[in-house]
Amino acid sequence: MEPQTGTVTLKRGLAEMLKGGVIMDVVNADEAKIAEEAGACAVMALERVPADIRADGGVARMSDPAMIEKIMETVSIPVMAKCRIGHFVEAQVLESLGVDYIDESEVLTPADEEHHVNKHDFKVPFVCGCRNLGEALRRIGEGAAMMRTKGEAGTGDVVEAVRHARSVLGAIRRLQSLQEEELMAFAKEMGAPYELVKETRERGRLPVVNFAAGGIATPADAALMMQLGVDGVFVGSGIFKSGDPLKRAKAIVMATTHFQDAAIIADVSKNIGAAMVGIHVHDIPSTELLASRGW
Amino acid sequence: MGVAVGVLALQGDFHAHLTVLQHLGAEARAVRLPAQLAGLAGLVIPGGESTTIGKLAEAYGLMQPMRNLAAQGAAIWGTCAGAILLSRDAHRAQPLLNLMDITVQRNAFGRQVDSFEAQLHVPALAAGKDGSSRTFHAIFIRAPMIESVGPEVEVLATLPAGEIVAARQGRLLATAFHPELTTDARFHELFLQLAGK
Repeated sequence: MEPQTGTVTLKRGLAEMLKGGVIMDVVNADEAKIAEEAGACAVMALERVPADIRADGGVARMSDPAMIEKIMETVSIPVMAKCRIGHFVEAQVLESLGVDYIDESEVLTPADEEHHVNKHDFKVPFVCGCRNLGEALRRIGEGAAMMRTKGEAGTGDVVEAVRHARSVLGAIRRLQSLQEEELMAFAKEMGAPYELVKETRERGRLPVVNFAAGGIATPADAALMMQLGVDGVFVGSGIFKSGDPLKRAKAIVMATTHFQDAAIIADVSKNIGAAMVGIHVHDIPSTELLASRGW
Repeated sequence: MGVAVGVLALQGDFHAHLTVLQHLGAEARAVRLPAQLAGLAGLVIPGGESTTIGKLAEAYGLMQPMRNLAAQGAAIWGTCAGAILLSRDAHRAQPLLNLMDITVQRNAFGRQVDSFEAQLHVPALAAGKDGSSRTFHAIFIRAPMIESVGPEVEVLATLPAGEIVAARQGRLLATAFHPELTTDARFHELFLQLAGK
């Protein structure tokens, strides 16, 4: 039999290798080096971190391919990049560059307000954001090989990531208490594919790796998300918008591994400089919330 | 009571290994700190990012205790990133255990879009229950290859073009692919045999 590429096993398998790790947003090769030095398990290459996208306003698009390539040449760890929701040509471009994962992300301005990219069409795996189990299973149904909570990117406020993680994980716990004949009504209520509802119930977890993202700014934030039951964390603005990015990045990596050890979390949290200032999520007008993008 | 083995749980797909080993009857536990290595007859270093795992192992003083564990005769098996950590040279400045006399090339087959699944002929593995020799379904994810092996090292499997993807040196085992992501437990059985000796 000839070797096979681009299979579901390979797409989901790379996410398995990222588990227990921290994926960091970087905007240039220097930041990518710092992230790798700190122990990031992957980097997300983008032109502006979410905090700046939020501050700048306007339309946020896929990053310059030259900048993404430069980061790919600089580090040996996997490189992810973002395309707009529904913008399958941006996804094609990122695939042709050879990025290791595509994030179809609400942080960028959506290109389609009804449909997401058909991710089965691609050899490269996709990660997508979710706020609840129905949204997670719709994205997996479209071919996403990894999920993350949306949280509220660029705020440094972990409250939305907690809300979304609790929503997804709580719904899975409820699902497991249901009887077989109750699954179709559950699928209907969630707007989720029935087969994936069944699979999630059997596994007692999402069928793919599930990270936390959106507002994580401290080692304790990362450990909080891990204790809630996610498989790893994305940190966007939280590292390079802080006072001492290398120290903070290392501390968040340590806290993600040793998430059940409060003494270690305390130790790594000492003297790591100022966290990003942040914006309380309730001070953001509802029309400017990024998490509401995605269908 | 099964043989006591650990899975290094700093980062990567350690849960998958723990599940298979426990299913085979081993007393398998996660290892994050040096004290947790005490009393182990074997240790798996899982897939993940080798730089991340190496840095975390250094930060919490696990590198020398892992070398000591091998010196005491424990079996150590590295899959993918774990195989890189077992090597003596990976052509990049990163923490290595330098336990096996192998050199590796990281991401030897390319990036994620080049990751692949293939059937391997592995004579060292037990035959199937029906007595027939079966191939091993191997999953290569941004995989390294074993570029050269020393005289003490036995090559267990190669790809058709000759790349070495599995090797053994006494009780040390390195695979460039991920048996823990399949339902075929023969490599885990081999590891437990080495640990139980």
